[in-house]
Amino acid sequence: MTFEGGVRAALADVQLRGALRQATTLFGDRRGTALASVPDWEGARERARAIKDETLLHLDRYLEQFTSSAERAGARMHWARDAGEACEIIGRIGEVLGARTVVKSKSMATEEIHLNAALARRGIEPIETDLGEYIIQLAGETPSHIVVPAIHKTKAQIAALFAEKLGIAPTDDAAALTAAARQALRRRFAEADIGISGVNFAVAETGTILILENEGNARLTTSLPRTHIALMGIEKVIPRFADLEVFLQLLPRSGTGQVLTAYQSLLTGVKRRPEDEGPDELHIVLLDNGRSRMLASPVTRQSLACIRCGACLNACPVYRQIGGHAYDSVYPGPIGAILTPQLIGIERAAHLPYASSLCGACRDVCPVKIDIPALLLHLRAQVIEQRAGKSRLLERVAFRCYAAVMARPRLYEWTMRVARILRIVPPLPAWTKWRDLRPLAPRSFREEWRVGLRDEGVS
Amino acid sequence: MRVSLFVTCLADQIWPSAAIGAVRVLRRVGCSVEFDDRQTCCGQPAFNTGYRAEARALARRFIEIFEAADADAIVSPSGSCTAMVHHYHDLFEDVAWRARAKAVAERTYELSTFLVNRLGVADVGASFAGRLTWHDACHGLRDLGLKSEPRRLLRHVRGAELVELPNAESCCGFGGTFSVKHPEISVAMLDEKVEAIEAAGVDAVVSGDASCLMQIGGRLSRRGSSVRALHLADVLASTA
Repeated sequence: MTFEGGVRAALADVQLRGALRQATTLFGDRRGTALASVPDWEGARERARAIKDETLLHLDRYLEQFTSSAERAGARMHWARDAGEACEIIGRIGEVLGARTVVKSKSMATEEIHLNAALARRGIEPIETDLGEYIIQLAGETPSHIVVPAIHKTKAQIAALFAEKLGIAPTDDAAALTAAARQALRRRFAEADIGISGVNFAVAETGTILILENEGNARLTTSLPRTHIALMGIEKVIPRFADLEVFLQLLPRSGTGQVLTAYQSLLTGVKRRPEDEGPDELHIVLLDNGRSRMLASPVTRQSLACIRCGACLNACPVYRQIGGHAYDSVYPGPIGAILTPQLIGIERAAHLPYASSLCGACRDVCPVKIDIPALLLHLRAQVIEQRAGKSRLLERVAFRCYAAVMARPRLYEWTMRVARILRIVPPLPAWTKWRDLRPLAPRSFREEWRVGLRDEGVS
Repeated sequence: MRVSLFVTCLADQIWPSAAIGAVRVLRRVGCSVEFDDRQTCCGQPAFNTGYRAEARALARRFIEIFEAADADAIVSPSGSCTAMVHHYHDLFEDVAWRARAKAVAERTYELSTFLVNRLGVADVGASFAGRLTWHDACHGLRDLGLKSEPRRLLRHVRGAELVELPNAESCCGFGGTFSVKHPEISVAMLDEKVEAIEAAGVDAVVSGDASCLMQIGGRLSRRGSSVRALHLADVLASTA
């Protein structure tokens, strides 16, 4: 579906809009309350950003350090240039192990590489175990939010889905719905050959990966099956274990408005003694997929500071109206509008930088202070320069004329005067269908200035 | 204090009362006001749509014109266009132009910040009978950090009562070309704003940018609402 089509469908969906308004307001309010418990929120943002900037400047070094630390702890490391390579690496591991089913905890990186479809093609069944992801997998949909994948669904819709797919009696009791999902998933955990997770942070000095979650499903995914595969973008690495302190203050508060998520799993390598918990095999797949391109310039580099909290989605007035699916992008909302064009190429996502009113609410809430509006403007300039996306012939001509007229004050004044006298109204049905268009003033300011304002009451 | 007025093309052609009001208020508090009629548009529509070359040409013009102004400050009845001037240096790689852009930006103020922060004035001697609410225009609020200044000025207007909107800081959906590129999203955002304004039981919604006022006012009148859209300078200039 085109962006315009997706937008129209979303705006016409009363249930979707109700769900979005409720959820984004709730998360925004909760975030506000949670911030208050940090004595110096601005200072924490500054520190986090400084850590990210420093890491990204020396990413090669920190990745090598992380790789050797993780290998020392027993992990096997894999490097994937793009989505295809990452799917191939993970699929091969599955085939070698003769895996039939894998359980997955929530991971946007696996969405980015379309891992589920790749596994299914190899005859390996992926099962999402995060409740939201499980819901959308049952519904045959994609996540519409990077933290709350089923944010677009109402409780009634989920109840109907579970009644149909899980064969339970229709109920609007959230606890009963959750229990039904848990029961269905326990069996899948027990029989799974592999657990696949994402990574929130990867510590270079210790080789530790950190996974934040609220349901315990990520802990089961990473400890119950004998093999754990963790997929991480190369930007997830941070230098020191102590750096987690600031990120753990920022991420849960920004994302779900929690002081801390219910579970924080710090995983270092494989299990060492038989009585330990953890997998026998740990594979860590490092994914580039366009990220190293973003390192090239300081403007685009900040995109890699993102910790995927989702605060910008909740704060975005555009996302609030249209939800995630309309963007037609794995990563929706403001962060998606800057990430996706850089990941998949501007010509394939030229609409995204324009899916914003540039209000700046995203920049205000970003815990690592990414200047999203500046990046949107940067990408818009790229769209125009590279002639990406749809033809903008009329727009190009219009801006040429605009610039030519505005560079000549007399021409500007006469153009406007003629338009006013002849009552030439620009043909803007996109405006006038919903809004009255304020007419040109009977006299412009500069005319008022000349006919009396200049000398009025000057003492 | 000598002020050079940066009128903005929107105020010039569509909302001249905002610029006229700004001149009168500035004179009332003791400033002399000059206006250089070579000025046109700051280039923001081009910049925001991705047309950097066009924006850069207009930025150069603006810098040259206002460098020539023999004034202590450049003042504009628009937070958005003031913010654009503050972004000018991003348009240039050339060090000399960046420095010139920064020097002009340093002297460029939005009206309410100029009155409150530079001149230390809160009461401009205005009177206006009615219940008012303030809409925070995004670029003024988030790029320039102006939030308390316009409210302070409005609270000192005799006869006016200021009430807060629950979503005062939410975007009205204008966003320049966004309003016509994505009109349905723009109007969905706008309707949340307009519903809150109607629920507030006010006589007028006041803002610091003619662009937001065109958007909000255009929807209010289309809905047959009696709430008026007024520029801050309209209210501050009023002595009725």
